[in-house]
Formats: sequence, C-alpha cells, structure tokens
Amino acid sequence: MALLEIKNLSAGIEEGEILHGIDLQVNPGETHVLMGPNGAGKSTLGNVIMGNPVYKVTGGNIIFDGEDITEQAANERAKKGLFMSFQNPLEVPGLSLENFLRNAIRERTGKPVRIFQYKKQIEETCGLLDMDTSYVERDMNVGFSGGEKKKAEIFQLLMLSPKLAILDETDSGLDVDAVRTVSKGVEIFSKNGGALIIITHSTRILESLKVDKTHVLVKGKIAAEGGSELVEEINNGGFEKYIKED
Amino acid sequence: MEEMRKDTPIDNEKGDNGIFLNDVNRDLYDFREEEREEDFFKVDEGLTEEIVREISAAKHDPEWMLDFRLKSLKTYNKLKVPLWGPPIDGLNMEKIVTYVRPKTDMKASWDDVPEDIKNAFDKLGIPQAEKEALGGVGAQYDSELVYHNVRDDVAKQGVVYTDMESALTGEYEEIVRKHFMKLVPPEDHKFAALHGAVWSGGSFVYVPAGVHVDIPLQSYFRLNAPGAGQFEHTLIIVEEEGDVHFIEGCSAPKYNVANLHAGCVELYVGKNAHLRYSTIENWSKNMYNLNTKRAICEEGGIIEWISGSFGSHESYLYPTSVLKGDGSHAEFTGVTFAGKGQNLDTGARMVHIGKNTSSFIDTKSICKSGGISTYRSSVEIGKNAEGAKASVNCGSLMLDSESRSDTVPAMDIRTDKSDVGHEAKIGRISDEAVFYLMSRGVSEAEARAMIVSGFANPVSKELPLEYAAEMNNLIKLEMEMG
Repeated sequence: MALLEIKNLSAGIEEGEILHGIDLQVNPGETHVLMGPNGAGKSTLGNVIMGNPVYKVTGGNIIFDGEDITEQAANERAKKGLFMSFQNPLEVPGLSLENFLRNAIRERTGKPVRIFQYKKQIEETCGLLDMDTSYVERDMNVGFSGGEKKKAEIFQLLMLSPKLAILDETDSGLDVDAVRTVSKGVEIFSKNGGALIIITHSTRILESLKVDKTHVLVKGKIAAEGGSELVEEINNGGFEKYIKED
Repeated sequence: MEEMRKDTPIDNEKGDNGIFLNDVNRDLYDFREEEREEDFFKVDEGLTEEIVREISAAKHDPEWMLDFRLKSLKTYNKLKVPLWGPPIDGLNMEKIVTYVRPKTDMKASWDDVPEDIKNAFDKLGIPQAEKEALGGVGAQYDSELVYHNVRDDVAKQGVVYTDMESALTGEYEEIVRKHFMKLVPPEDHKFAALHGAVWSGGSFVYVPAGVHVDIPLQSYFRLNAPGAGQFEHTLIIVEEEGDVHFIEGCSAPKYNVANLHAGCVELYVGKNAHLRYSTIENWSKNMYNLNTKRAICEEGGIIEWISGSFGSHESYLYPTSVLKGDGSHAEFTGVTFAGKGQNLDTGARMVHIGKNTSSFIDTKSICKSGGISTYRSSVEIGKNAEGAKASVNCGSLMLDSESRSDTVPAMDIRTDKSDVGHEAKIGRISDEAVFYLMSRGVSEAEARAMIVSGFANPVSKELPLEYAAEMNNLIKLEMEMG
C-alpha cells in the first residue's frame, strides 16, 4: 500500500487554481524528486500536502497511511507522520528550538518527554549534523544564517522522525559545507526508512541518495515522470522540452 | 515542587516555557470564598472624614499618621480625576467599600490561618512556594496582612520584612515617617491622595548597608470582598551597597461590583545598591487598577523593574525611576495583556537628574478580542544630566483586527550631551508562523500561545521559574478566553 497517494488533486488560492489534477504515489521508504521551472507549483504541492490553510483544495484527495487527510489540520497530519522542511523557516522570537520540539514530541506521542533521553537525543542529532548543542537553546531561527536555518530544519526532521518528509528547496542557497551537512542528515533519515519528496533545483543533495522516482511539474501538472535518469536529463537539457510540449 | 503542581496549573519542568498544561483550571483565578463575609468589619460605603478616622483608629495609627490621612483626604477632595487616560466613569467612589479586614490577627504560622483564607491561598500555591526556600511570604487578604514570615537567616542579616502596620507602630516608625509618601506625595494625583487617606496593609522591607539578600522576598495580594478597594503600601529601603530582589504577585477573583486598586509602591535605592522589583498582576476583569509606583536611586544605584500586567478592567500603571545620583541606572521590562473589555494603559517613566545616568525600557504589549493596550512612557533628561543614556524599545502584538494598540512615547531632553534612542514595533501574529509550528504537530491554539509567550519571553525569562510558569499560564488562559 502506498504511504502517500494523491488522487487528481487540484488546489490554489482565492485568486486562482495553481495545481490542476495531480496524481502521485509514494511508497514507504521511497525517495521522490519533484522538479520543475519556477512558478510550476512545486512549493504549493508541498504546502497542500502539509495542510497550509493558505491553499484551498478544489478537487481530489490526499490519502496518507490509508487515511484521507485532505481536510485535516496541519498538526493532525504531522502527528500521522508527515513533515515539511520549509523553504523559508519562520523566526519565532522567545521560543527555543529545544522547548518547542519537546512540546511537539509530547503532542505527537501523547506522552511526557523524558528529559534525560531527550537531551541525549539532542546531543546525538547535533553530532550528526555538526551542530553545536547551543543551537537548540536559541530562539527558533532568530538570527540564524540561511545555512543554519536549513540545518535546524533537518535537525527537527531527525528529532521527529516522520514517515514522510517533504524537503522544499532545503539545499538552495547553501554553501558546499552546509549542503554536505544537510545531505548527510537526509541520507540518515532515508537509511532509517523515511520516505522523501525532495523539491530541488540542483542535484547536489541527491548525490548520496537513491532516487526512486522523479516527477516534473509544469504549470500545475505532472509533465513527465521517470527514474533517477530524468534528474540527469533535466540537469543537462533543462525544462524547455516539457514547457514546449504543454 | 511536586506538591505545588497539584494545586497550581503550573507545569514547570526544568527550562520549560510552561505553557502546555494538561489540566488548565480557569476557575483558579476566579474563585471566591463566600462564607465569611458577614464576619468582616466594614466601614460605610462613601469616603468621609469619619471613615478615615475610623480606619486610623482601627489600625492604631500614631498621631502623625492620622494627621497625614486627614490632610490627604483634603487633597483628595480638591483634586480632579485625570482625564488623559482610559475613561474611569465606571468608578463610583461613593460605592466603594474602602476597607475590609478579616477578623484575624497576623499569624506567625500558616497552620493558624483560618481555613477558608488558607484554602484561597492554597489554590494559589503560596505556602508551597515558601517551602521552596523563598525568603518570606506576606499574604494580604483584602486590606490586611494575614500571614507573614521571614526566613531566619535573612532576619539574622538585619533584613526587615514586615507589614506596614507593624513597621509604623514599632521600632521602625521613624524610618517609615521619614520615607512614607515622600516619593509619591498625596498631591501627586487624586488616587495618590486617596491612598494617603485610606491606605491599609502592605509590606515594609529594609535592607541594611552592605547586605546582600540572596533569595527573593515575596508577597502576594488578593482582593476578595465585593466592592472592596485595596490600598496597600509597599515601602522598600535598600541602604548603601545593599542588594535585594522583591517579588509581588497579585490575583483577584471576579465580581460584578466595580473594584478599585490604588496601591502605592515607594522604593529607595541607596548608593551603589541594587533592587530588583518584580510584579505579576492578575486582577479580576472588573478592577480599576490605578497604582502608583516610584523608585529613587542614589549614586551608582540600580533599580530593575520586571512587570507583568494581566487582568483589570482598566489600568493606569507607569512605574517611575528617579535617577538622582550620578551613574545610577534603571531598567524597566514589562508585558501587558489586554483581552476583551480591557483598556490597559501602561508603560514607564524615567527621570534623569544625575550625570552619566542610564535607563532602559523594554515593553511588550499584547491585545486580543477587542482589548485596548496603550504603551505610554516618558523619558525626561534634566539639564544637568550630562552623559545620560536612555533607550526605549516597545513592541506590540495584535492578535486580531478588532483589538487596538497605541504607543505614546514622550521625551523631554534638556541637554544635548545625552544619548536617547527609541524603537517601536507593532505587529500581528503571522499565520505562516502558526502553520510552521503546526506542521510539527502542535495545535493551532498551542501554536498561537507559543508565539505570544515567546513574544513575552523577555519578561518571563527575568522572573523566577515558578512566576515565569505562572505568567505563561496566564497568557495561555487569556488566549483561551473569547
């Protein structure tokens, strides 16, 4: 059974529809790549799957882990095992990553978090991502560099260990070292059995991953699908071919 | 701590923001004890010379205090109600019972306090808090202090922490006389005059020269009788090189009759002394809170105000720091939360007189469900205050479009050899940030509460853990209310 099944999904904002009849299936543990030119609706698709109330679903369904989540709030989806790494993680002054995540974990598990275990998990995860543990005491994303914000997203991913993570341009605008760290985190997540939908413009983050399927999104529709070879092809030839075909 | 958790809605695991609570009991802040009211001694409802004399006699005032009260009453009758702040037409002084006191004398042991009063305080976790090695507890029930204790080791240092009545009639009478309403004279405004005439209860703290009190002293006030005003007086004197942290917490149950609070706080900070004065005020939503707080710093003295203003129907609250001595310093850190039906006018006033004085104001105001929150401040730099530095930073967060937030920062600078900065920000809660937090698994209500608590964090992080937890809990309660 597919972990995520998107059936004929249409969605948009008040001013107009952005996604027109998307079909997509992700099986447990698979790595999918979502590519497409700017404005194709990649981030919109990620946000709609996660349940951003800015977007309204106008048709179709989202089934996650056998349950229709189309109408569910983002936190309900998160509790079922969905995660999204934000393209622009938001700053929340006065709220430390450590406190926030502990509360999020408590919400997800319904059990109080055992502090000793939690601290240990933080230390280990920080170690994996070459992060100083003082990171987690800082206010969420406040004063973080672009790279630090993305690292913090991957830190959250590893701490929460969802079933499926959507990475919305997690690698864009990062220097080589930061991409390496982020990739390492994503690789660990994948190796532990986590499924991925990676929205990206580059291939660097994909180097250490085994890509199962590639989807090309153009003007709110899936224009092409294939395996990892499609990533290579687009990397060389760009999207021109698919835009013309439209 | 374990025991405390049972009685209070506080979940303060180490380092927790304390805002995610399992069993939030809103009744906690709106309870009252009915059964004993007929036992209480009340004065007639209006304010006359007879009433003032009656109060004075009941409190065994020294003669000078009776004279002071009567003089204040005359001033009160002459002065007009201020017109520049939130409207206070709802306040009818003829109907306010100014003085109610429980029929119990001050007790040295918590066990001797009457059961119903004890229950009320138990719900607020006071004796437990003391067990957690806080310096002392002065709990005021209506107008009079019912329980008071100072830890032995603190007392041995020569630190005095007692109720104002005891201070007035005991060995500290001269010190009280020298300082009482000298910083806030009754002529200052109508409610200061009222206070001078009918004041009752409150705390007296004296820290001798060079003594550092390493545990906070704390006091908790509540109002409990319908129509009862509370006019407690707090007088703190920290002598040269002394150091103390005083915490005052307030909570009041809900009533239909308008309640008035016109307390007065006078803080004297000696040369190179340090005083931190923290308050969490959580008044019932029908309360008129017209409190006057003022500090004066001698050379090199430091005053730090930490202030959380919750509840009340209307508030006028602008703690003033008079930086008299050269090199003295004042900081004001405050948060105000105005919900439905509330009009809170709060801020701070800094008066720079000495050279090289510095002041820092950092406030956060939150408004919701039609609440009005006004930040009002005044920074005054005198012509001799060369080298003065002042910084004002005020932020407002509006949680919906029906609420209102205003900023009224005044500055009066009489010397160009000073450095003054001001920054104001008014914002709304970001839907994108709410979604961001929700995407990790927390509910919308929690996400909003987290953002608001985070906004108020500059204040809560300055408070001792249990107060920070209580403040975050108050924020959560306010967020839940319509």
